[in-house]
Amino acid sequence: MNNTGEKFEPLIIGFCCNWCSYAGADLAGTSRMQYPTNIRIIRVMCSGMIHPNLVIDALTKGADGVIICGCHPGDCHYLDGNLKAEKRADAIRLMLEDFGIEDERFRLEWVSASEGPKFAQVMTEFTETIKKLGPSPFKT
Amino acid sequence: MISLTINDKKIEIEEGLTLLKAADKAGIKIPTLCSHKALSPYGACRLCLVEISKNGGPPEIQASCTYPALEGLVVQTDSERVIKTRKIMIELLMARCPDSEEIKNLARELGVEKTRIKLKNKDCTLCGLCVRMCEERMGRAAISFSGRGPRREVTSPFGKPSDVCQACGACDFICPTGKIRLPEVSKNEPHPIPFEHNMGLNSRPAVYIPYPQAIPNKATIDDRYCVHMLRDECEICKEFCEADAIDYDQKEEKIDLKVGSVIFSPGYDIFNAGEKLEYGYLNYPNVVTALEFERILSTSGPYEGKVLRPSDKLAPKRIAFIQCVGSRDTERDYCSSICCMYATKEAIIAKEHAGKDLECDIFFMDLRAFGKGFDAYYERAKELGVKYIRCRPSSVEEIQNTKNLKINYVTDDGKRLTGKYDLVVLSVGIQPPELAKKLNSKFGIKLNEHGFCWTDTFRPVESSKEGIFVCGPFTEPKDIPETVTQAGGAASKVLSLLSEARGTLIKAKEYPPEKDVTGQSPRIGVFICHCGSNIAGVVNVPEVVEYAKTLPDVVYAENNLYTCSNDTQERIKDLIKEHNLNRVVVASCTPRTHEPLFRNTVREARLNSYLFEMANIRDQCSWVHMHEPEKATQKSKDLVRMAVSKVRLLEPLQRRKVSVNHSALVIGGGLSGISAAMEIAEQGYEVYLVEKEKQLGGNLRRIHFLLNGEKPQKQMAFLIERVKGNDKIHLYTDTKILNIEGFFGNFKTTIETGSAKQKTGSGSKKIEINHGVVIVATGAREYKPTEYLYGEDEKVMTQLELEKWLAASSEHKETGIDTRALKTVVMIQCVGSRDDERPYCSRVCCSEAVKNAIKIKEINPRANVFVLYRDMRTYGFRESYYTKARQMGVIFIRYEKDKKPEVAKQNGVLKVSLVDPILGMPVTINTNLLVLSAATIPHPKNKDLAQMLKIPLDQDNFFLEAHMKLRPVDFATEGVFLCGLAHSAKSIEESITQACGAAARASTILSKETIELEANISQVIDENCDGCAYCIDPCPYNAITLIEYMKDGAIKKTVEVDESACKGCGVCQATCPKIGIFVRGFKLEQISAMVNAALEVS
Repeated sequence: MNNTGEKFEPLIIGFCCNWCSYAGADLAGTSRMQYPTNIRIIRVMCSGMIHPNLVIDALTKGADGVIICGCHPGDCHYLDGNLKAEKRADAIRLMLEDFGIEDERFRLEWVSASEGPKFAQVMTEFTETIKKLGPSPFKT
Repeated sequence: MISLTINDKKIEIEEGLTLLKAADKAGIKIPTLCSHKALSPYGACRLCLVEISKNGGPPEIQASCTYPALEGLVVQTDSERVIKTRKIMIELLMARCPDSEEIKNLARELGVEKTRIKLKNKDCTLCGLCVRMCEERMGRAAISFSGRGPRREVTSPFGKPSDVCQACGACDFICPTGKIRLPEVSKNEPHPIPFEHNMGLNSRPAVYIPYPQAIPNKATIDDRYCVHMLRDECEICKEFCEADAIDYDQKEEKIDLKVGSVIFSPGYDIFNAGEKLEYGYLNYPNVVTALEFERILSTSGPYEGKVLRPSDKLAPKRIAFIQCVGSRDTERDYCSSICCMYATKEAIIAKEHAGKDLECDIFFMDLRAFGKGFDAYYERAKELGVKYIRCRPSSVEEIQNTKNLKINYVTDDGKRLTGKYDLVVLSVGIQPPELAKKLNSKFGIKLNEHGFCWTDTFRPVESSKEGIFVCGPFTEPKDIPETVTQAGGAASKVLSLLSEARGTLIKAKEYPPEKDVTGQSPRIGVFICHCGSNIAGVVNVPEVVEYAKTLPDVVYAENNLYTCSNDTQERIKDLIKEHNLNRVVVASCTPRTHEPLFRNTVREARLNSYLFEMANIRDQCSWVHMHEPEKATQKSKDLVRMAVSKVRLLEPLQRRKVSVNHSALVIGGGLSGISAAMEIAEQGYEVYLVEKEKQLGGNLRRIHFLLNGEKPQKQMAFLIERVKGNDKIHLYTDTKILNIEGFFGNFKTTIETGSAKQKTGSGSKKIEINHGVVIVATGAREYKPTEYLYGEDEKVMTQLELEKWLAASSEHKETGIDTRALKTVVMIQCVGSRDDERPYCSRVCCSEAVKNAIKIKEINPRANVFVLYRDMRTYGFRESYYTKARQMGVIFIRYEKDKKPEVAKQNGVLKVSLVDPILGMPVTINTNLLVLSAATIPHPKNKDLAQMLKIPLDQDNFFLEAHMKLRPVDFATEGVFLCGLAHSAKSIEESITQACGAAARASTILSKETIELEANISQVIDENCDGCAYCIDPCPYNAITLIEYMKDGAIKKTVEVDESACKGCGVCQATCPKIGIFVRGFKLEQISAMVNAALEVS
């Protein structure tokens, strides 16, 4: 509960790569897997194209959480863009520390095109995590 | 047209409608219970009451379902008086039928929770839906009202089951209270239509979509059951189809086609499990076939993916799978090849769905995980707790009251055990399709002894009739990858045969000239799809449309029943012109399937196809938030806002067309390489065939006879002659690849030929080849064992070495042993395969061992031949040779992975010891000869080629295809294809098939004059780039180079993108610290705009 007495509904930005994770989200849809409504998905071609600034910007502008989803290691459509995303994630976590943002507000997950259930599960878990953390300190 | 006013809104509507229908057309909902689109108005429930005023007269209450929409009428559907009266009406209905869920739901919608009226506890509201349905639509009048006043009720004549009733069930279906029950009104038995897709485990309507992934995904009417087709009644579906698509007059059409060639792929039939009486499939409801179980596991299946058993729909705790049901028996002496893996898969999925406590036991004889990556999967299943029991159970018994099942079996060590299961799955085998006999008699296609289509080893996709090609399990039971590969192979043969006619029936599509929108401010049109009820059933689409209209630069927004339908495409095109739109957003389903369609539409309306964006409000809203309509609507608005924010910033992009070089480079001159080269040449393209050795043939040179007795060397010599004599094939033997540059359609490769002579400093020559595609056919090799005294004793040899000797002469040079005098031969399987170092199965060695064992027995029937094996994997038709070997007296003894045979040499005698798992005792065999079935191992230089071509290797160092099942000969890198042993171990016919398959895939590029390159690729902003070069190394395609240029008299640095090599992954954009490079269509500012829109900040 926040001070106005409303239940806290976090706003989460999800970057999903076109080839695996976005397809996984589609499969969650066609399989009618239910998950919380808090995620707003932005389709990108590869998890490796997400500039760290995009994540930091989103979190400092009021997103309660950001999740990047890419292909499993070895499955990347662009050979290894996902591994580059993974390396950048380490840098992103350091930047989060500097901004005083909790580590848990950012997450990187591998979701393949066949993992509809996993997509739904990850989104459910992540929403729960963020709900426990409460609203972003940057939220106005 | 007439005009009237409903809820202060002026409405123009056609004449002759009822008020209820008129309001519905105007988007105003009026509650009702007794009205139905397909039935005449009745005015029974009185819920649809409205207040009307004629010619300014005093308002009166009328039932809108029976009152006509008249000119000048003023109607209020939600005035206080109306609402109050309606509440009373629903309370009356609730009092009459307090248990009806439908009435309770209606009451809730009207804000009524409880009735204040004394309960009557009847089960019928007298709404008359059933009576009208039966009379008006079914033409039966098998039920009717009888009695008067309080005694009025719905009944069949004399209250007895009627024989007029056709047991269609429409009355039962439509009844809101559950009063009408078919057995009470009908003398006739209802016949549910078994839903074929779910193997009859549930039923379906007469008008239905055959299965969820059907193409086209459209409904069809089954004229065997449709009441209209049979008796000219009903027509309800026509009433409901908003697209007006129902056409009862469609007739089966016969179409004559003139074709130059035919491909037969009639598939296979499943073994009829009922034939195995001992497993009780016909009598025990909880014995199902594997295909039925597959449907049970499917989310679109009869139990929505819940693991339940048919008898009581309860979740089983123990499931048994019985393998080889209808395979590997006396009548069917072949292996169905796929059942071991599908049973393993189903066991894993069942455990995933039902939880890991579900026990899955698989009863098997040999676990045949011979496909690429299959053994790893089998090992994973064991780790997940799937239990494998090596035994073929003799019978299944049902325990009567529980309907559980009992399986008696004998373990390896002779123990008799009984397993109790809640569900038994029969792994039914593959049979030749019923159609096979017809094809045989009609077309003269030869069938083999098992009834499948006969093919020649060296012509694995050709039937015995010229011009008729075959593929799929019709030629032999096979898995998906082999099926897809063979389909490509058959296509390739047709491409060769009809190469002269290629392209003659194709009409190139032309687009109108593109409109220049530069400098125009965005004018966005937003189209929001109902997707029938898929979206609109959850999301309030009109509300989203109204919201979209408020967004910046949106000049037009509307909702469509199906935005993807043909008529909506035309509408979108008209609206683009009418409103001078220069950006379009469609909010519907996933861009992964529908973006190409809409891009095409906007392009046809003269807009650049990249000025388009989608919001996926179906897969991401209505389908995944089904129980939260308000939140789903809010999220849909957010997604539309995000899409609009991006589309505003999109720029027109041009796909670059490049010409295609119509020649192929084939790397590797083994059987696969030469087959692929021949195929491509016969299709009419130039081929550069490069082989590192001095001669062609590869591993095939070492194969001297086949299981069926054929001698492949003659065939090989013939093939090589054809390759050499083909003037389209440029042959380079003794040649290596130095470098490969470029991209699909235009590769440039440097080869060095005569490299062997390079040591002497002369003779080698570098040549540059330009080509459009690459086929990787680099083969594999036989493992040189380091175990079992190989290399230390000449009496220890590999299967290929034995084969050479058996084929060449009777006497073995090194040992002096004569084949005719061989007393004892021991063969050890899985040498170097299926171990910790190489966990994969080498696929061919079991058949190779059987082949050589039979040969030895043929030469000397008195020879003792022992084959020490782990699982005999003689899949497909190879099984019959395994049977033959056993009949000839070859002895097969199994050993476990952790109890490998031991080989010792004592006083010059080779001794092989192992523990016989059936006897449970150690056995020692003194042998004249020890033959090792050595693994097929990947070429050690695969890594170099992989790096050169940017193609991946799998964990075993074979090349990794784009998709194991669906793209088995492609690489994710376009223009590069794969075949033969470089992919994984395989037989001669499988190698040729795959080579043909790769050739077919290659021709998808070679046959084009130009190819279009994706426009969403990187672009450098020279003003921002300072040449720091951070982006160069991370680029997976080496597409970025550092360049220098002069500006204002100073040298400046920047990077340059090779537009042909860039694939638009955007790793550069995420690496650049200066916003100096971006991917078109995914610019940082474009993605940022979406983030900001989501957060509602700027």
